[in-house]
Amino acid sequence: MNERQSMETDIVCVGFGPAMGGFLTTLAKGIVNEDGSAVMESTVVPGLPPQVICYERADDIGVGVSGVVSKARGIRESLPELDPACIPLCTPITEEKVVYLVDPHGASRRSLPLKAADAALKLLGGKFPGCRYKDMAVELPYIPPFLEKHGGLTFSLGQFNQWVGNTVMATGAAQIWPASPVAAPIIEHRKVVGVRLADQGVDKAGKPDAAYMPGMDVRARLTVVGDGPVGPVGRAIDEARGLPMGHHQRDYAVGMKFVVDLPGNCPWKVGTVIHTIGYPEPEIFGFLYVLPGHVASLGIFVPSWFDNPVRTAYRYLQHWMQHPYLWKYLKGGTIRSFGAKTLQESGKNGEPYLVGDGYARIGEGSGTTNVLTGSGVDEAWTSGVQLGQAVVELLEKGLPFTSENLEKTYVARRRASWVEAEAKIAARSREAFASGFIPGIIGMALTGLTKGALCWPADSEPVHKRIPSIEEYYHGRISCEEITRIRQEATAKGLALHDALMDKVGWPEIEYDGKLLISHQDALLLGGKVQAAPGYADHVTFECPDTCRACAEKTCIEACSGQAITTNPDDGVPLFDREKCVHCGACLWNCSKPSKADPERTNVRFAAGAGGLHSAEN
Amino acid sequence: MFHIVVCGGIVPDPLQTLEPVKGPAGWGLKNELMLPSILDPWASHALYEAAHLAKAVPGSKVWLVSLGPKAKLQQVMMTVAQKAPFELVVADGPAGGFVDSFEVAEALFAAISGIAGLDASKLLLFGGWQSASRGSGSTLQILGEKLGITDQFQGVDKLTVGADGSLEVMERIEGGAYQISTCTGAPAALGWATGELPEPPNNPQVGMANMRLVMPALQKAKPAAVNAAAIDYQSVTLPAQKRETRVVKDTPVDVIAQEIIDWLAS
Repeated sequence: MNERQSMETDIVCVGFGPAMGGFLTTLAKGIVNEDGSAVMESTVVPGLPPQVICYERADDIGVGVSGVVSKARGIRESLPELDPACIPLCTPITEEKVVYLVDPHGASRRSLPLKAADAALKLLGGKFPGCRYKDMAVELPYIPPFLEKHGGLTFSLGQFNQWVGNTVMATGAAQIWPASPVAAPIIEHRKVVGVRLADQGVDKAGKPDAAYMPGMDVRARLTVVGDGPVGPVGRAIDEARGLPMGHHQRDYAVGMKFVVDLPGNCPWKVGTVIHTIGYPEPEIFGFLYVLPGHVASLGIFVPSWFDNPVRTAYRYLQHWMQHPYLWKYLKGGTIRSFGAKTLQESGKNGEPYLVGDGYARIGEGSGTTNVLTGSGVDEAWTSGVQLGQAVVELLEKGLPFTSENLEKTYVARRRASWVEAEAKIAARSREAFASGFIPGIIGMALTGLTKGALCWPADSEPVHKRIPSIEEYYHGRISCEEITRIRQEATAKGLALHDALMDKVGWPEIEYDGKLLISHQDALLLGGKVQAAPGYADHVTFECPDTCRACAEKTCIEACSGQAITTNPDDGVPLFDREKCVHCGACLWNCSKPSKADPERTNVRFAAGAGGLHSAEN
Repeated sequence: MFHIVVCGGIVPDPLQTLEPVKGPAGWGLKNELMLPSILDPWASHALYEAAHLAKAVPGSKVWLVSLGPKAKLQQVMMTVAQKAPFELVVADGPAGGFVDSFEVAEALFAAISGIAGLDASKLLLFGGWQSASRGSGSTLQILGEKLGITDQFQGVDKLTVGADGSLEVMERIEGGAYQISTCTGAPAALGWATGELPEPPNNPQVGMANMRLVMPALQKAKPAAVNAAAIDYQSVTLPAQKRETRVVKDTPVDVIAQEIIDWLAS
């Protein structure tokens, strides 16, 4: 079994998320009849409908994704019969709040104006007419229209994906294979002609081991790339082709979340949506969605413009949950699920070439996420629907999947749609966060309220240029000598630095309750159910080991959502444990050192890998 | 040549938080349909052994007979069908592990009896020795009896086929020892322990070939006639567990053993 095998199909798809769900749902309606018979014929298996295969790297189609609040315009348009009650953990939105959280501990890093605002709130908050200051929080009296999701849905993307995937497969129009990481696109003469699956039966370094099986080449007339913001196929195409002039992919966030069984005394009603700003750090946004069954999906986003080299989402998440505004109703709750994922927040600015000869890009990796409206799933789904319509049109006309034909059909539909119109408005909405939290909030409001006519301009920089040294970040709060001591101690014990540093600047210790406040490792096991099948190579590697040895921040360790990247007591190159990785991809963009080959990339290489989260409730 | 029928149900993926609840249709697991599922690990070993045997003995064929909700089975098949060639036979019914084993055996018997072209004289009935979902270890034995199979083996780790078609079976017995038995050949029932084969890699070509039969099998699956009231449980509890998680690598075996002894002693 040591020879690389090859297989032909009509359409090969990479990554099963909402975009691919939209694509396959639409495609299925066009290529098979309701009785399963073929509307049109495959070119590789005559007599059958076009053969459509989708490979997903995660171990099931419902694992490893996130909670969602969405207007669901595109989803409802393509699924007019959709009944939220048919999908577990799905419900209409009943109430929305945006809440500013004051820091109860004084440990966060706040600018002077923000400190002054907090002081004024604490002193006078309850006395201002219309200002509801309670539990160290203010519920904003007004939600800007560009942010509100009234009339939409909140749901678990894992459950939604399961429902969509099973519905698509039941039509017989497509096969969706989980646990099948795709290593790379196959590019011949500047044309994508299929994909190569990851090698199996290899050791950590990718060398053949027991039961070695080289990843199969799956050749297809069309390759649909929907592998998300850190997918290896999309990034390989970008590396081969570059991005369109003026585009960059520098804005990211890691979203980390829990799904929680709420305690009995919690009064939040189903469909409640709460967005928070201001705490645990001003740059970190929070979300809480109340789902059916007295369950909440909640968590935080830690963005790339949060200039903290020890940006640990897990520790911050625990502080956020314990904010008095939330904790009074969360205390006594129990974790059901845990997960994390990267969000591509460059949106329109990071849009790659959407099509080329033999391929098309859909979903988050194609720049659909709208950072102004805080919406991505519906946009991703809609981009998939648009490609589905285009592919059916080309198949009906018997036209090849050339760049030109895909431009005329798919890209034209996308450009004419609300996805594009809103993406244009949002394009410069978050620029000002590069200058700080307050300019960022003002800039976002300015752009949103003027529908993109105005913005607060600021220069964009790659993440590695933004991350300061630990000494710079804690200047005036922890001495350099103390940081050196903490670093030496932590390295000797194989620990990350963030806990010691955060303790030092006044963050209270987390008192584990064994239910919601649990160790990071227990969150992986009890919540994420993280597992990894043997026989695959390490998917996180470091491009230049000497660069790691010289790195004093090692943000990859601090930011790792699964404690899979750890300090190496014997060497400066971090250790990676594949069995703990949740595949969020945060290491890829949090690295503080640029790649020597391309300064827009970092020193971390993130390849295709199996395993990860095994909870389908995220 | 053999006609190998592997019986395998689906169970929640390991590490899932399980909560038994009693509903109108009897006991089940809370949110069972939301949990990701896998083919029962014990049955998986049986399937891999069956595929290996079928490959070694020309003309042999493997059927996977499964009792479970067909929507969930469809999803699980996408993680199984790339591993080994088989033909799926579906009995659409509950898979929570609470149905009486006699009822399960009846449903599987009905499904197996409906397999066209199955030659009972060549039948090897494979399954898991145990199940990850409240296995009583009796289903395969009852099913074997219903099929008229008198040569039954449990806790099997190795099967060797002689040139004359005889079967040499290595079974686990008490005290960590093995018992080796020989029978003249099929039909026989083998409840597999872990076997000796690793999980095969995913082979997309095998998956594509299997799916041509899996989807029609799911579409024509008939509801299984299982009587949930055939058994009642006075109470249902999960095994108590105490979590004290540490992640320590390269710990010597002696240290691990001592920790377990200390834990038991406490």
